[in-house]
Amino acid sequence: MNKPSEAPLLAEVASARRALWEREYRETMGAERPTANVSGIPIRPLYDAGDWAGHGQADAPGYPGQPDYTRGIYATMHRGRTWTQRQLIGLGTPDDYNARLLEIMARGATAVSLIPCNSVYRGYDMDSVEPELLGTCGVVVDNADHMDRCLEGVDLARISCALNDPSPFTLLAFMLVAAERRGIDWSAVTGTSNQSDYLSHFVANHMFYRLSLPGARRVLLDHIAFCNERVPRWNPMSVVGQHMQQAGATPAEAMAFTLSSAVQYAEECIGRGMDPDQFLPRFTFFFDISLSFFEEIAKFRAGRRIWAHLARERLGAKDPRAWRFKFHAQTSGVDLTRQQPLNNIARVTAQAIAGIFGGLQSLHTDAYDEAFQVPGEAAARIAVATQNILREEAHLTDVIDPLGGSFYVESLTDAMEEKILAIMKNVDDAGGMYQAVESGLVQRMIGASALRFQQRVDSGEQTVVGVNAYRADDDAAARPSVERPDPARMQRHLADFAAWKAARSPAAVAAALDALTRAAEDARGNVFAAVVDGARAGLSNEEICSRLRRDLGFGQPLAFV
Amino acid sequence: MKEQDGSFRPRVLVTKIGLDGHDRGSRIVAAACRDAGMEVIYTPPWQTIAAVVKLALEEDVDVVGISSLATDHLIVPKLMQALRDAGLGNMRVVVGGIVPDNEEKVLLESGVRQVFHPGGTMDEVTTRIRAYAHEARAAGEHSEPGAQP
Repeated sequence: MNKPSEAPLLAEVASARRALWEREYRETMGAERPTANVSGIPIRPLYDAGDWAGHGQADAPGYPGQPDYTRGIYATMHRGRTWTQRQLIGLGTPDDYNARLLEIMARGATAVSLIPCNSVYRGYDMDSVEPELLGTCGVVVDNADHMDRCLEGVDLARISCALNDPSPFTLLAFMLVAAERRGIDWSAVTGTSNQSDYLSHFVANHMFYRLSLPGARRVLLDHIAFCNERVPRWNPMSVVGQHMQQAGATPAEAMAFTLSSAVQYAEECIGRGMDPDQFLPRFTFFFDISLSFFEEIAKFRAGRRIWAHLARERLGAKDPRAWRFKFHAQTSGVDLTRQQPLNNIARVTAQAIAGIFGGLQSLHTDAYDEAFQVPGEAAARIAVATQNILREEAHLTDVIDPLGGSFYVESLTDAMEEKILAIMKNVDDAGGMYQAVESGLVQRMIGASALRFQQRVDSGEQTVVGVNAYRADDDAAARPSVERPDPARMQRHLADFAAWKAARSPAAVAAALDALTRAAEDARGNVFAAVVDGARAGLSNEEICSRLRRDLGFGQPLAFV
Repeated sequence: MKEQDGSFRPRVLVTKIGLDGHDRGSRIVAAACRDAGMEVIYTPPWQTIAAVVKLALEEDVDVVGISSLATDHLIVPKLMQALRDAGLGNMRVVVGGIVPDNEEKVLLESGVRQVFHPGGTMDEVTTRIRAYAHEARAAGEHSEPGAQP
């Protein structure tokens, strides 16, 4: 230990050494183009103690499991429980899906995910769309019977099910009916309504259009209220930054818009008399992990910190479980290339490491073939193995928040926090996220960022290996031929559906639809409860969606170039 | 149809058919075509084939650009047939997005002029589209003499 009298002298030496380094660096490098990350934060060549505001403070950067959770939301983090490996699946008919699900569960998957066909997302039954498109991107689930078949052999009282289920949440309704038929109490049912964040769908479009903005707002609140009361282990709210970042938002924009959306939803729940200590612990988040490695780590650390303050100070939650920023993350598909596709394994690995160091709770690693097809079986296995290798061979989970205290990462976390808060301020000034989406402000910002990124790639400022640099002869052999769902099986599924529809009592269908309308017209009614009743009475996905579109308004896409 | 200064101004419809709404690509391509001096007609996603044919006819476009990120390209052969049925066989159709090799072959056989894959620069894409617009005009003038003002 140095004696106190030596301290000023040591500081002088350190300062002289820094000046020496800087001189040598400048002389060697000459003129240098300024570097900035995707979010526009300038990046210096070296960070030291002077760059980190918290350096030297006794409580910086804090401890995991303690507010403001910069280093992680749990005391044990990945040492205790690593993360949920939730690989998305969904294809073909319910029979096809069930076979694939049971197979991956036999191989060790512990959670269900269900991606429905784009026809389901769009609120159409299979007999309303081009048959060529059925089951190519997800499973065709149009009623409670189909859901029951999808989940045959799965214990709904034990297994967590993540449903990609936008408003009005017909898939959850079908699943609750299936649970009821099996005699399972809803209080045991657990999982997440992915895609309940309707604002993100309006921003990024994607495939989810169903209800008008006011209609979607109403149904979401009904859904959260219903789940809080009747399905208490269900997570009804997943706030999604992933759509927006895939659509071109910078990491800072994606985090800011997501937090602003979460505030919007939470404040509306509070406005309806719900208790933040009850509903906020059931809020989860879903993010993209791009290849901007340190920027992503800082994005997650900053987001976690901001949410802890928002939940406590702005939303008034007193229970620490409400302050914890629980998130699922998916490696970015936009960063993958069709050229030299095996390179994507390296990209996904780097993205996954950033997410792990960022402190995620659940991870989906993309398959290397996602730049040219819906993932094949072999590629999906490599994606899962990547997670196992990082966790068990590379020992990434031995230490909690291993980059905590790094001058660069801490400084960048602070800078990202500042940037995110500034964007959130813009959204607040525009009247909150709902109005910022309604007016198109958010869409314009994202469109501009997408264009800026494309220009960086086109100009070569941003290298993409195999695309604008290090090009090699195209190896078509690395891209296997794609298989689509078996047309004969899909034809049978269609025929069975037609027979099921015809066998129903028209009077019972009409009565169930009228009940939906009554719930929609009654401001104190719960539309989601009526959706569950409709599913039980035998309404199909399209019947429920089109009736609610009629009663609550149809969402027209906003398009900006 | 020449501009007053004699320069050629291609007319391009940028759209999405089918069920998917991922529109980052179509928006970027539309903006790039506009910035390259073309006349761009842009639609939101989820257009029907019939709506695209009607718009292409009304707007008298040279090139139709279809963006497909989630298998919607599987119905592009139906669009090609519908365009021919409407007498728009001279229009050039290009597809951009995620299209597997084996299905690209099917699209080209159905008359699609080119499939753009991820990774191309906007400059390459707009250069090709301009060339196809020239082709479409030349074919139109050849088959329908006097039809153009």
